[in-house]
Amino acid sequence: MTARTARPSAPLTVADLRITGGRRQRERLIRAFFLGAAALSIVISVAIVFSLLGNALYFLINVDKGALATDGWFPRRDMYDIATIVAGTLVISSVAMVVATPLGLGAGIYLSEYAGPRVRKFLKPVLEILASIPSVVLGFFALTWISLNLVQPLTGAPLSNMAAAGLAVGILITPLVASISEDAMHAVPSYLREAAYGLGARKRTTSLKVVFPAAISGIVAALLLGVSRAIGETMIVSIAAGGTGGSLFQLNPFEPGQTMTAAMTALAIGSDSVRGAALTFESLFFVGMLLFLFTLALNLISDAFVRRVRRAY
Amino acid sequence: MATGANVLSTREAVERRLHAGGGDPRGLVLQAALLLSLLIALGVLVILIGDILVRAIPVFAERPLDFLTSPLSSRPARAGILQGILGSVLLMAFVAALALPLGIGAAVYLEEYARDTWAARLIRTNIRNLAGVPSIVYGLLGLALFVSTLGLGKSAIAGGLTLAVLVLPIVVITTSEALRAVPNSIREAALGVGATRWEMIRSHVLPYAAPGILTGTILSLARAFGETAPLLMVGAIAGTFSSGGIGDMLTGSYTALPTVVFNWAGYSQDEFRALTSAAIIVLLVVILLVNASAILLRNRYDRKW
Repeated sequence: MTARTARPSAPLTVADLRITGGRRQRERLIRAFFLGAAALSIVISVAIVFSLLGNALYFLINVDKGALATDGWFPRRDMYDIATIVAGTLVISSVAMVVATPLGLGAGIYLSEYAGPRVRKFLKPVLEILASIPSVVLGFFALTWISLNLVQPLTGAPLSNMAAAGLAVGILITPLVASISEDAMHAVPSYLREAAYGLGARKRTTSLKVVFPAAISGIVAALLLGVSRAIGETMIVSIAAGGTGGSLFQLNPFEPGQTMTAAMTALAIGSDSVRGAALTFESLFFVGMLLFLFTLALNLISDAFVRRVRRAY
Repeated sequence: MATGANVLSTREAVERRLHAGGGDPRGLVLQAALLLSLLIALGVLVILIGDILVRAIPVFAERPLDFLTSPLSSRPARAGILQGILGSVLLMAFVAALALPLGIGAAVYLEEYARDTWAARLIRTNIRNLAGVPSIVYGLLGLALFVSTLGLGKSAIAGGLTLAVLVLPIVVITTSEALRAVPNSIREAALGVGATRWEMIRSHVLPYAAPGILTGTILSLARAFGETAPLLMVGAIAGTFSSGGIGDMLTGSYTALPTVVFNWAGYSQDEFRALTSAAIIVLLVVILLVNASAILLRNRYDRKW
């Protein structure tokens, strides 16, 4: 190391390095801006909770309690059956997880344990591109291709059905499940693999019986996050599940149904409400709060699992 | 590696013994099944893009420019996506102007200033949770806060603010990752010659983290570009309306490209199916270009310390 830029005429003294006056003030101002930006996230969270809570409570206090348990979700007719939209959400998330669990975990295991660098370089961007496709596009695809070419020929379901929407939601969350589970398995230290090989285990035994169990916390976290995303997914369901005008209670995936999220878009664009009708505006926030609580619980649990992985290795 | 016949036969013998004599057909089946899950994902991608491209051909063959420059219309032969494009550009300008400086600022605070206090941990946990809140819930926040309480109405300003809040946590998380990748020796070098914290951040940390920050923020903009649900909540028009200038949209009726797609997807006539597909192609071209440039940027400037 040679100090080429040192000027011989004015040797630096401690006084030159001392942070004084304007320099100190600028430091303080900039720090305050950064602190403000960071604190903004707390403000946003508080704002979300308050905006949901106020209107949701108003709805709960003023709604006729009998309207919360009727035959279906028809806000226009003052029928706010919560079971209908929760059931629809569960049906679609279940179909989605039936697709995303094998596809996402399969892709994750392959990328982490089997893929060589060249295969990886080609296949990883495929997942990234799939992840970047907006859900409104997948919704259109669900309605015009998945329903028409996969669901209808096999089951004779109507064009709008929950199965087609669920399949598309599954495709949407596959990249998420794949990338988180891949990270979890990648974090498993290689000495575990080497120990297994040293005992004469095959690649398949090592992957499934050593690496997979060692990464199980992260894999559970990936699946929980997937469920959380599936529950919150809106546009696919709004376009393809067929609940725009409200829906009767429905557990059959090959029928149209209504989810919490699709109920909200239907209310917002007005296909489900009469202008000025009693409680439709507030019901929107009530459903939003249900959705917020469901996804928050799932996210917190999955966060706890992720932290367990980090502690383990 | 193993050239001598002796070595090879020993290895083979051991291998055969350990593998109970023979290969592992079930292992091959497993590997094929795992690969298949990735190939299915690839297949879906190909079918999706191919199918929508084929549907969009009539529109792009007959009036490629007219489609981009015409306003919305209920008559399919005249309908275009001009208002959707203008609206989306306007919304992205809001997101870039608000979410990027605030998100990067928050990340700089958390990574460069904050000590490991309960307050910093609370903010970190909070941001992770915000990133997991469904986008439609941000729409409700926008509806209650920006549209009603602040009185912005169903305007592009309210929509832009809502999208900015939505991508803020993502910008913070990706920027934090980029900052964490800068090794401490770089910081110590700056502090060692007498730089203040901000001078160190500006002259050393940010330049080294810039490619990572840029990639992350570009991707979050692409995410905001495709968001539909929150815009429906805060009143982006899912229908046809006449005005179209950027000035009108700031205070009044506006729409965005994904909202147009959603609206058109609701019509089952073949003409509208073609229009929807064409609008989706425009949407996808933008998003894929943005993503590709982000990935190129990452590969080009990826630095190993």
